[in-house]
Amino acid sequence: MSYFLQQLINGLTLGAIYGLIAIGYTMVYGIVGMINFAHGEIYMIGAFVSLITYFVLGVAGVTWVPLALALVLLSAMGFTAVYGFAVERVAYRPLRSSFRLAPLISAIGMSIFLQNYVQLVQGAQVKSMPPVINGGFQLLESNGFVVQLSYLQLMIMTATVALMAGFSIMIAATPLGRAQRACEQDMTMAALLGIDVDRTISTTFVIGAILAAVAGMMVTLYYGVIDFFIGFLAGMKAFTAAVLGGIGSLPGAMLGGLLIGLIEAFWSGYFNAAYKDVAVFGILVLVLIFRPSGLLGRPEVEKV
Amino acid sequence: MPLRLAAKDAGLAAFIALVLAIPLIGFTTGESGGRIVVTTRFQWVAIAVVAVFAGRLAWSLIPWRAQRRQSLRVVSHYKLDLRLLGWLGLGIAILWPFLPFASNYLIFLATTVLIYIMLGWGLNVVVGLAGLLNLGYAAFYAVGAYTLALAGQYWGLGFWEALPLCGVMAAIVGILLALPVLPLRGDYLAIVTLGFGEIIRIILINWQSFTGGPNGVNDLPIPTFFGMPFSARAPGGGKTFAQFFGLHFSPAANATQRMIFIYFSILALALLTNLLIMRLRRLPVGRAWEALREDEIASRALGINPVRVKLSAFAIGAMLAGFAGAFFGAHQSFVSPESFNFQESATVIAIVVLGGMGSQLGVVLAAIILVTLPEFGREFAQFRMLLFGASMVAIMVWRPRGLLSLRTPSIRLPASPRETAAP
Repeated sequence: MSYFLQQLINGLTLGAIYGLIAIGYTMVYGIVGMINFAHGEIYMIGAFVSLITYFVLGVAGVTWVPLALALVLLSAMGFTAVYGFAVERVAYRPLRSSFRLAPLISAIGMSIFLQNYVQLVQGAQVKSMPPVINGGFQLLESNGFVVQLSYLQLMIMTATVALMAGFSIMIAATPLGRAQRACEQDMTMAALLGIDVDRTISTTFVIGAILAAVAGMMVTLYYGVIDFFIGFLAGMKAFTAAVLGGIGSLPGAMLGGLLIGLIEAFWSGYFNAAYKDVAVFGILVLVLIFRPSGLLGRPEVEKV
Repeated sequence: MPLRLAAKDAGLAAFIALVLAIPLIGFTTGESGGRIVVTTRFQWVAIAVVAVFAGRLAWSLIPWRAQRRQSLRVVSHYKLDLRLLGWLGLGIAILWPFLPFASNYLIFLATTVLIYIMLGWGLNVVVGLAGLLNLGYAAFYAVGAYTLALAGQYWGLGFWEALPLCGVMAAIVGILLALPVLPLRGDYLAIVTLGFGEIIRIILINWQSFTGGPNGVNDLPIPTFFGMPFSARAPGGGKTFAQFFGLHFSPAANATQRMIFIYFSILALALLTNLLIMRLRRLPVGRAWEALREDEIASRALGINPVRVKLSAFAIGAMLAGFAGAFFGAHQSFVSPESFNFQESATVIAIVVLGGMGSQLGVVLAAIILVTLPEFGREFAQFRMLLFGASMVAIMVWRPRGLLSLRTPSIRLPASPRETAAP
């Protein structure tokens, strides 16, 4: 029981991180209709910027942890947002009216480029960071097994919930959210009604990058080790999460992320950790067979 | 563009480059004596910013667009030359091992190019003709290579006996994978194949008792020349290749003969593949592939069963990858899971896209370029994948239809009698 509870906590933490990345995929897919393959790399860049900022702050003498973490968060969000903007501007915008596969292939190229760029400028070896937030609550103890909820896990979950809440309000009640929903429904019509489509799409990429940067920072704090290759697998799983929850649906992305995190945690906890990715994709295929539009997605009506 | 506007634009680009470069290029962390130290590299940031400024300025000031329109017109004229180019390429390919400068290395390289051409043609059926995106193509390639390796190891099958099995296995795996997702929207197929590519790799790495794990499999079956092996002595009292042709046996010469034989085998298989694809495109199933790619709803209205037609394209693509995988295994005489990672799939996609989707000759040119370029740039090895990714983006932005964007229609209706009668 306590082992189960511990896996549940670990799974939810992991799932929160996947969910944050998945939102970037699902938003872009909803509006532009493309898989932003480079999004995993954006998350990886967020992790690197966090780690570097943390050490630069250490050199600069900022050692009070809350302040340092706040600055790291701001820096990661800011710089990564510019990366998201630049990627869209360089690799996707010129291809908006091109055939369907063109942006996807360009995105794959961008992903390879960013991965090797980071490898080149930051080195191929694993970078590590000392644990910043220690300790946690001991929830219950049975047979000598202590169920622990660390402060960091609590912080990750709280931050994710807060971001999700803020984000849902933004989509539902601000002019930007309205513009995004309009573009999602019909880009041409939205443009005719005076919405700056290019800017809305740019903003979507920037928001996605900001959320990915938060996820990147959390992973850096949580695991303490990052390398230039973490974006590939995380991105793939986050996209799986988006599809699982129903692509285009924001609550779906979060739900999908949590499910993927839980599947991974329980599979590694009870079965063979080496095959946890196989389990994740197996579930994805099963969901696609029985619920092609995902758990929360609406079935798509194709019109001529 | 006027200079003032161009300068402003370039300044903006340079500013963004500055923001991009500061965190990742400007600083790096390293370890020294157990402590983490931060090093700054602002000179690199300056170089990057100046390069972006100059590049962007030059880009806006040079009148690219006028030139481009002209070159398009030229392209549409050399249809005949393309066919000539194909025959010329074939001639060179046949003579290649006997050219005076041919070395073991060059034959090895040419075999690699041919394997990628096979892969490119196979994926071309899936992506170029049927319009399905397969992001895990390397998985089918792996199935082929491992079928050869494991059939040799467990059943003692030789290369030629195992070869059909490699294609069949890859096709079966492809059908099993694609059948559940093909009725869905195309992007799901992309993500499922991507996941499958990873799964195959994970299984190959972790199922140590069967696949040998990360160490791979050694000593794959080597093709025999109509039953005559390339070795010093033939098992069971038969003749070896060297004995049959009365050649003096030496290990070095034998290795070369074997390489040339593998080269010609795969060349023959590639030509067969080409013929097969050219024929298939004219058959109803091939026309149905292209029709589905262009407009699924219209094709369904005309009575085409989309799942069956897509499945045939997917399975044929997988089968060709299986054959290519078998040759890859024989060529390297060693397989390991790391030869079949996502980068491999991305390379094959790049070949298809760069070549112009659906163009057979384009795939050949793209395979030659993408396989040989890294060989020239060995000293720039660390920049290789960087440039590879950047050029994938650049090609999509400038020439989204590929190098040979011209594609002849697969089928032409005969001219109506009235038109032929006209003077």
